[in-house]
Amino acid sequence: MNVVILGAGHAGGSAAAYLRQYGHAGPITLAGDEPVLPYQRPPLSKAWLKGEAGEDDLQLRPPSFYAEQDIALRIGVRATRIDREARQVVLEGGHILPYDILILATGARARRLALPGGEMAGVLELRTAADAEALKAGLGPGRRLLIVGGGYVGLEVAASARALGAEVTVVEREPRILARVAHPTLSDFFMDYHRGRGVAFALNAWVEALEGEGEQVRAARLNDGRRLPCDVVLIGVGALPNQELAAEAGIACDNGVLVDLEARTDDPAVYAVGDVTRRPLPLYRRLFRLESVPNALEQAKQAAAAITGRPPPAPEVPWFWSDQYDLKLQIAGLPFDADDVVVRGDPAAARFALFHLKGGALQAVEAINAPAEFMGGRLLIGSQKAVSREKLADPAISMKEVAA
Amino acid sequence: MPKITYIQFDGAEQTVEVRKGLSVMEGAIKNNVPGIDADCGGACACATCHVYVDEAWREKTGTASAMEESMLDFAQNVAPNSRLSCQIRVTDDLDGLIVRLPEEQH
Repeated sequence: MNVVILGAGHAGGSAAAYLRQYGHAGPITLAGDEPVLPYQRPPLSKAWLKGEAGEDDLQLRPPSFYAEQDIALRIGVRATRIDREARQVVLEGGHILPYDILILATGARARRLALPGGEMAGVLELRTAADAEALKAGLGPGRRLLIVGGGYVGLEVAASARALGAEVTVVEREPRILARVAHPTLSDFFMDYHRGRGVAFALNAWVEALEGEGEQVRAARLNDGRRLPCDVVLIGVGALPNQELAAEAGIACDNGVLVDLEARTDDPAVYAVGDVTRRPLPLYRRLFRLESVPNALEQAKQAAAAITGRPPPAPEVPWFWSDQYDLKLQIAGLPFDADDVVVRGDPAAARFALFHLKGGALQAVEAINAPAEFMGGRLLIGSQKAVSREKLADPAISMKEVAA
Repeated sequence: MPKITYIQFDGAEQTVEVRKGLSVMEGAIKNNVPGIDADCGGACACATCHVYVDEAWREKTGTASAMEESMLDFAQNVAPNSRLSCQIRVTDDLDGLIVRLPEEQH
C-alpha cells in the first residue's frame, strides 16, 4: 500500500515515523512546501528565538532517519490538486504522486489582517522557520517590537524579545490578553508578569494603519489616535486551517478538514492529521480544532494505527504548554461549560493552578510552575471522577492524593 | 564524544555517540533510538522521555529538579532511578552512561 503524506510538519513527519514503527512496509512519500525537513515549531517563539537552540535542535528527526526508514521526501514543492478519482496528488510543475492512502497534514497558516501599510518591510508573522529567521533578524537591544494580538504566540515572543533587549508593546483588541484561551485570573497574572519585565500593553485597542519611511515600517496608528513608533511588527491573531486542497477535492471541511477518531475524512482513502483538522473530542462531546503538538502526535498515531490495522491508541486529554521568562504554563483539557473555578496556590508566588469544574468533575486545569497540578489534573479530566473542591483548593493535600 | 547506551524494554541495546551539551533525550532522537517519545521536545512538560538510569550512573547524572520530580511522580512505573532524559545534560563525565527504557511512555 502506497501512502502519500501531504505536509511535512510535525504532524506529517510523525505520521511517517509511526507508520514505519507500526510495521507499514509499503512506500511512504512525505511531501511539503517548506524547503526543510520536518521540524518543531514551538521553539520558534521561545528557545530558538532567544538563541538557546540551533537549527539542528529543531529537527524532528535527523536527516539520516528518512533514508534509513525508506521515507521518500519531496520537500520545497507545493501541491496544486488532489484527484480523488485517480488517487493522485498533482504537484507544482505537473509531477504526480499516486496514492492508495493519502494523509493530509497541511497545517494552518497565520491569519492576516488587511491593514493599510501591512505590506511594508518589518511587518511579520510567525509560523515557519523562515518567519522566525526574519523576526530574529529584526530583534535586538533597543529595537522596538509591536505585537498585534495578546495570544500565546505573541506573549512568548514578547518574553523572548525582552531577553534579546528589544522594547515590546502588545496591542490587544479585547479588554484582556488571552481573552479567548485563558481564565481572567491567568490573563491578569500574565499581564502583570510581562509588565514587571518591561512589556507595555494597549488593551481595547487595535491598529488602524501602519506607517513607514519608504518601505520600512516605523509606526502603528491605533484606533484611539495613539501613534506607536516601532521597527518590527508581529501579527499574531490566530491561525486558519490550510484546507483548500481538501475542500476543492470535495472532502468535507468546516473550519478544518473533518475527521473521526481514526483521523479519517469522509473519503476512506484520505486521512487528515494535525492543525488542519477539526476532530471529535469525546470528553467534551463536540468537534474542535486543536492547534497543538500533542494533538498532531495523537492524530498521527490514530492514522498510522488505522492504516496498519492496529487497535486505536488510548484517547488522550488535550494538553498545551507555554514557556515565558521563568514561567512554565501547562494546560490540560478545555474549560467548556465550566460552572466552577478553584484556585490552588498563590498567583503572587508565581506557582498556582486554576481548576475548571463542571458538575463536580474536572474539565480543565491551567497550571503555572505547578507540574503536579497539571499531571494530576490531566488524570482527573481523563477519568471524569467527582473531585472535592476543598481538597483541590488545599495545597497541603498532595495532588497524588487529590487525584487518587 | 561521550558514548551512551540505551537499552530497550526487550533488551535490545544501542550505543551511540552524543555531543556534549545535548540532553540524553536528544541523543536518542538524533540517533534514531526508539522508545523515547519526547512529545514536548524537551521542555519538561510531558514526561514522555522517561528512562531508568543504571545504578552505577545515578550519582553522576545528579538529581531531578522539583519540576522534574513532580512530573515523574505521575509517570507510569516510576522507580527510584527514574529520570526524564530531557533533563540530563551530556558531559564528558557521562561517557559510558547506560539508561534503560520503559515499555511505553505516557
